[in-house]
Amino acid sequence: MSTVMVADEAEVTEKRETKGTTRRDGRATVSRDVRETVGEMRVEEPRMRCDEINVWYGNKHAIRNVSLDIGKNEVLAMIGPSGCGKSTFLRCLNRMNDTIVGCRVTGRIMLDGEDVNSPRIDVVPLRAQVGMVFQKPNPFPKSIYENIAFGPRIHGLAHNPQEMDEIVETSLIKAGLWEEVKDRLDQPGTGLSGGQQQRLCIARTIAVSPDIILMDEPCSALDPIATAKVEELIDELRQNYSIAIVTHSMQQAARVSQRTAYFHLGDLIEVGDTKQIFTNPRHELTEDYITGRFG
Amino acid sequence: MQQPTRSIDVVRAGLAKRYARERRFKTYGLLAVLAGLLFVSILFVSIVSKGYSAFWQSYVLLPVKFDAEQLDPTGERDPAVLSRADYGGLVKQTLREMFPEVTGRRDKRRLYDLVSSGAAFQLRQMVLDDPSLIGTAKGVWVPADDDVDMLLKGHIDRTLPESDRRLKDQQLAWVDKLQAQGALQQRFNTTFFTAGDSREPELSGIRGALMGSLYTLAVTLLLSFPIGVAAAIYLEEFAPRNRWTDLIEVNINNLAAVPSIVFGLLGLAVFINFFGLPRSAPLVGGLVLTLMTLPTIIIASRAALKSVPPSIREAALGIGASKVQTIVYHVLPLAMPGMLTGTIIGMAQALGESAPLLMIGMVAFIVDVPGGVFDPSTVLPVQIFLWADSPERAFVERTSAAIMVLLAFLIVMNALAVVLRKRFERRW
Repeated sequence: MSTVMVADEAEVTEKRETKGTTRRDGRATVSRDVRETVGEMRVEEPRMRCDEINVWYGNKHAIRNVSLDIGKNEVLAMIGPSGCGKSTFLRCLNRMNDTIVGCRVTGRIMLDGEDVNSPRIDVVPLRAQVGMVFQKPNPFPKSIYENIAFGPRIHGLAHNPQEMDEIVETSLIKAGLWEEVKDRLDQPGTGLSGGQQQRLCIARTIAVSPDIILMDEPCSALDPIATAKVEELIDELRQNYSIAIVTHSMQQAARVSQRTAYFHLGDLIEVGDTKQIFTNPRHELTEDYITGRFG
Repeated sequence: MQQPTRSIDVVRAGLAKRYARERRFKTYGLLAVLAGLLFVSILFVSIVSKGYSAFWQSYVLLPVKFDAEQLDPTGERDPAVLSRADYGGLVKQTLREMFPEVTGRRDKRRLYDLVSSGAAFQLRQMVLDDPSLIGTAKGVWVPADDDVDMLLKGHIDRTLPESDRRLKDQQLAWVDKLQAQGALQQRFNTTFFTAGDSREPELSGIRGALMGSLYTLAVTLLLSFPIGVAAAIYLEEFAPRNRWTDLIEVNINNLAAVPSIVFGLLGLAVFINFFGLPRSAPLVGGLVLTLMTLPTIIIASRAALKSVPPSIREAALGIGASKVQTIVYHVLPLAMPGMLTGTIIGMAQALGESAPLLMIGMVAFIVDVPGGVFDPSTVLPVQIFLWADSPERAFVERTSAAIMVLLAFLIVMNALAVVLRKRFERRW
C-alpha cells in the first residue's frame, strides 16, 4: 500500500461507509482472477446504454462482454493499460470500427431507443449525433473557417452565409479558441499550435451540435498548459454534452471525469464514481493499475 | 601493462576507413550523375547541331510577270479559270527570262530543277488571293529546290566529280550567279511550321504531325484521366477486398508491362475492324493510347490515394461525412498532385509512342493538316520515323528538327502539368 493511500485513510473509511463496500485493511477485495465487472455500470438516466459488447479483430477477441452506460451531462473516463480495448470500445459508440477491415462488433448500443450497432442504422446521422475527437489533432489542411464549416455544410445546418458565420463563431467560442483565431480565420488550421489544433478539432466536432462527444486520448500529444486548457474545456462542455473520454493519464481522469471505467485486456474490470475508483478501488487489478504497479 | 581498450579508441581508429567509404560512395553517385548529364548533352548537341539548319530554307527571288494573256485569257477574273491556269509554265518562263542563254532541252530542265515544285502553287495562291496582281510584275521569293538548299548549307561537296553530285557544274554556276545577284537567300522556314508532310523536303512541314499528336493526346487525356482516377478511387476506397479485386489488381499491374504494339493490335481488331472507326484517325490513336496509359494512371492514382493520411479520413467520417463527401472534399485534393504526376508520366509515354499507332494506320503518308479527331493524320514520333526513312539529304535535318519539336512539345506539356499540380498542391 502506498503512503498516499495511508494518508487518505480517513476518506477511505468514509467511502467505505457510504458505498457499503467491504474492505480489509484498506485493500481491494476482489481477486485478480475475477473478470466480471465490479461496480455499478448502470446510471439512472443513461444517454447511451451498451449491452454485452464484444469486438473481434479477425480472430482476436478484443473486447469481452462489456456493458456500460454513459450518463447525461457526465464525463465518463476510460482508463487502462495499453491494448486493453478502451479505444476500441469508444470507437464502437459511433461505429468508427466500421472503417477497420476484419473488425466485428456484437451487442447492443442503445441511443434514443435505437440500437446503433444494428446494420440498418445509417452511420452518417449517427456520427453527427455522436461526435469524435481523435488522439492526434487532425485538422483538415484547409482554413480555420473551413475546418469548422465543413460539418455544418455537409449536414445542411446553415441556410445562409450569416448562419454559417454564426455557427463558426459560437463553436470557436465554446471551444475557447475564438479570441486566439478570430483575426485569422482564413489561415490554415494546420498552422496552429498543437493545443490550438486540438481545440479546433473539438470546435469542429461541436459545430454539428452532437449529443455525445467521444474523445480518444485528446491530450496525449499536448503539453501540460494546452492539456489544462482542453481539460477546462471538457468540464465546460459537460453542461451541454455527454462525454466519454479515453485517457492514459490517471490524473486527467481524476480531474475531468465523474465516473471512471477501468479496462484490462478486453474486460471491463471496474466502474464507479471517479473518486471511489481512485481512492477505494474494489478490484485488485484496478488497485494495481492506479497505484502504478503496472500500466 | 597494456591499457584496456576504450571503445572511443576503437571508434577513432575506424573513422578514417568509414569516411573513405562515404567519400567513395558519394563519388560513385556524382559520377553516375555526370555520366547521365554527358549522354543527355551529347544527345541534345547532336540533335540541335543537325537540326537547327532545318529552320532556315533557301529562297529564290523570281521577277514574275503575271501575264494577263497567259493567266486569264477570258479577262473575267473568274476564280475557276484562274485556278486552272498554267503557273508551272509561268515559273519556267520566268526562269528562262532570267537565264536567256539557256537553250537546250536538257539544260532547261536542269534550270527548272533549281526551284521547288511548290513555287507554282505559291504563285497560284497569290493570284487567287489577290487577282489584281494580274498584269503586273513582281519579285516573288519562292523556295529553292532541296538540292540547292543543301548546297548552300554545305552538304554538297563541290569537289566531287560531276557524276557523283546531285547538282551539275552548270547548275552550280547558275546558283553562284543567283547568289551574286542577291536573288538567293536563306530565310526563316515558315513552311516547316505550317505545312503537312510532303515528298519534297522543302515543302514538308511538321504541322500535320503536331496537330495529329495534339488531337491524339487530347483524346487520350480526356479519356484516360477520368477513367483512371475513377477506377483508382473505386478500387482503393469502395471495392471489397476479395479474390475478384485481387485478380483485377494483378491484371492492371500486368497490363502496365504489356508491350505497346499489342495494344495497337487490339485497337486494330476492336476499334477499326469491329466498331468500324476510321483508320489513321487521332480518335482511334487516342483510344489505343488510353488503353496503354490507363494502368500507369490507375497505379499512380491508387498510390496517391493510399498516401493520404488516414487521420484526415477519420476526421471527416467522425463528423458525419459520407464516404463520397470524405473522398471529394478531403482525400481527392490531397491525392491530386500524385494523380497528376502519374498522368504526366502516362501522357509523356503516350506522346513518344509509335508502335501501336503503326498498327492502326497512322503511319500513312498524309499531306493535309488534320482538322479534327476523325481526319487521317500521323503523330510526331511516326513522322520522325518516316522522315528518318526518307532518302533525301534534306530530310536528315528535318528529322532532327522534328525531334526538337517533339521535345519542345513534351516540355510544354510537362510544364503545364507541373503548373497545374502546383495549383492543386495544398498551399500549407
